[in-house]
Amino acid sequence: MVGVKSVPSPTIPSPTISADDRSHEVDHPSSEVARFGADQPLRLDCGVDLTPFQIAYKTYGELNADRSNAVLICHALTGDQHVANVHPVTGKPGWWETLVGPGRPLDPSKYFIICSNVIGGCMGSTGPASINPATGKVWGLDFPVITIPDMVRAQAMLIDRLGIDTLFAVVGGSMGGMQVLQWTAAYPARVYSALAIACSTRHSAQNIAFHELGRQAVMADPDWHNGAYADQGIHPHRGLAVARMAAHITYLSDAALHRKFGRRMQDRELPTFSFDADFQVESYLRYQGSSFVERFDANSYLYLTRAMDYFDIAADHGGVLAKAFAGIETRFCVVSFTSDWLFPTSESRALVHALNASSARVSFAEIETDRGHDAFLLDVPEFFDISRAFLQSAGKARGLTNKDG
Amino acid sequence: MSVQQVLPLNGLAAEQSGPFRADHLLVAEMVKPGSKVLDVGCGDGDLLQLLETRGIDGRGIELSREGVNRCVAKGLAVVQGDADTDLVNYPDDAFDYVILSQTLQATRQPKVVLENLLRIGRRAIVSFPNFGFWRMRLQLLIGGHMPRTENLPASWYDTANIHFCTIKDFVELCDEIHVKMERAEALDLYGRPLRLRLPWWVWNLFGEQGVFLLSRGGGK
Repeated sequence: MVGVKSVPSPTIPSPTISADDRSHEVDHPSSEVARFGADQPLRLDCGVDLTPFQIAYKTYGELNADRSNAVLICHALTGDQHVANVHPVTGKPGWWETLVGPGRPLDPSKYFIICSNVIGGCMGSTGPASINPATGKVWGLDFPVITIPDMVRAQAMLIDRLGIDTLFAVVGGSMGGMQVLQWTAAYPARVYSALAIACSTRHSAQNIAFHELGRQAVMADPDWHNGAYADQGIHPHRGLAVARMAAHITYLSDAALHRKFGRRMQDRELPTFSFDADFQVESYLRYQGSSFVERFDANSYLYLTRAMDYFDIAADHGGVLAKAFAGIETRFCVVSFTSDWLFPTSESRALVHALNASSARVSFAEIETDRGHDAFLLDVPEFFDISRAFLQSAGKARGLTNKDG
Repeated sequence: MSVQQVLPLNGLAAEQSGPFRADHLLVAEMVKPGSKVLDVGCGDGDLLQLLETRGIDGRGIELSREGVNRCVAKGLAVVQGDADTDLVNYPDDAFDYVILSQTLQATRQPKVVLENLLRIGRRAIVSFPNFGFWRMRLQLLIGGHMPRTENLPASWYDTANIHFCTIKDFVELCDEIHVKMERAEALDLYGRPLRLRLPWWVWNLFGEQGVFLLSRGGGK
């Protein structure tokens, strides 16, 4: 994870990466882009047909002759398509290089790996930070509210565009896991195997509450200007940073924070008797907040958190979760982490019960770690072993040649 | 139910050597190839792996997190769960066979578990240690201690096995809940079937464990 930096000021500093760098990626991503014109609108759950729109994506590896080795990775709330390459804005390594890369469970020498920025995102797929072609101005709050099913519908159009009928695997954690589950519910025949990590089939009241806290922090920033900050050439970075700081706490755990920081002081021996970041944990959180706003759009944060809040697969199937997976032949692997209090094991267990009730083929492992929700992004060997074995077993059943056994 | 009726001793696979346990080989032999199986209390997944080599679609439930994770790391479709509480989540007729291997005696409600096995599976295969085994009897009778064996080494105060029964007890339970015994085997201390066609009381005395293939609709 990111190291602790000293932050001298008691408030959150302005971004060091210029807004131009970030906004350039919004409409002109450095990754591949699939553009969909008026003939292919995106049918949104809110009733709007979004057109034109674009999906920014990265691919790794080669599609085999049978087109049977494609893996779709779905990113989490603040992730993007840069899963295993240097990030074009921050210059940091890909966000899931622990799982994706040579010798990793998702090895590009075996699989054709696709990762797209979600609709509503801000790294090249159409979202509130994009230019609205009808007005020539940034969408802002005029952008329609999107849902997890909308994200998946857009991904399915991308997969069609890439000429892939059935995905060998759909893989994701957190909001990415929600997309994995939505894929299996909406397109069961197109998903051979599904690896859903640290997620749930619905967003809990507590999680909605945390998201509302974050959104209110953004909206309380006077620079937010009711979402029209782009017209003023500013960004509500203070509000967004506070939102990120609050959210970041939910990604960790009491034990992890205690182990990492305890009550240790930041570059000082004694309290300053001020509101300066005396404690390392404060300094760390401020750094998390300020570095996040350099790469993320505030309105996009509002839209994507909203999409997660609305997610409830059972509600879309008469309130009975098992109906969403009736007769499904997809092979599932569900993974949770003991210290994850954002998407606790009980949520995964409810999913597994529903899958059992549908006679689905499911593996479910709870991994012991004190690293909280973020564990799925970290170096947790047991998680990799399980992911690797699940994918290998599915690959064997799928008839994929297995280079490393 | 007469004894002879439930003792059709057929040719057995237990003489096979290899990495698999003799009682697992016997259980696997009872399962028709190509069928769908749920192994309740699947441990490290050894039986599931054996079934997989025979083209059987196997799933597992295991109570211990370590066991589950070892199974999943072998690529097996295993979930963490409890036979007492989680079987209710499975629909009727979801499997051709449901296997409960050396687990019945550790459940809180063996009768309810057995009923669930035969609800979600068309057939059930149940094996359990026989507390009527002569060494068990002798330990209690002569030694005055709760019995312990190589296969059941735990003391009374730290054992997970809370509902021991004898082969005779189990047969009576099956009768009571109208379960049909399609096949019954008694295994010796080494997991080898007692090869002879013998009356129940002999099995109950010399069988270290019993293995039963069950289906619905038997009994009184």
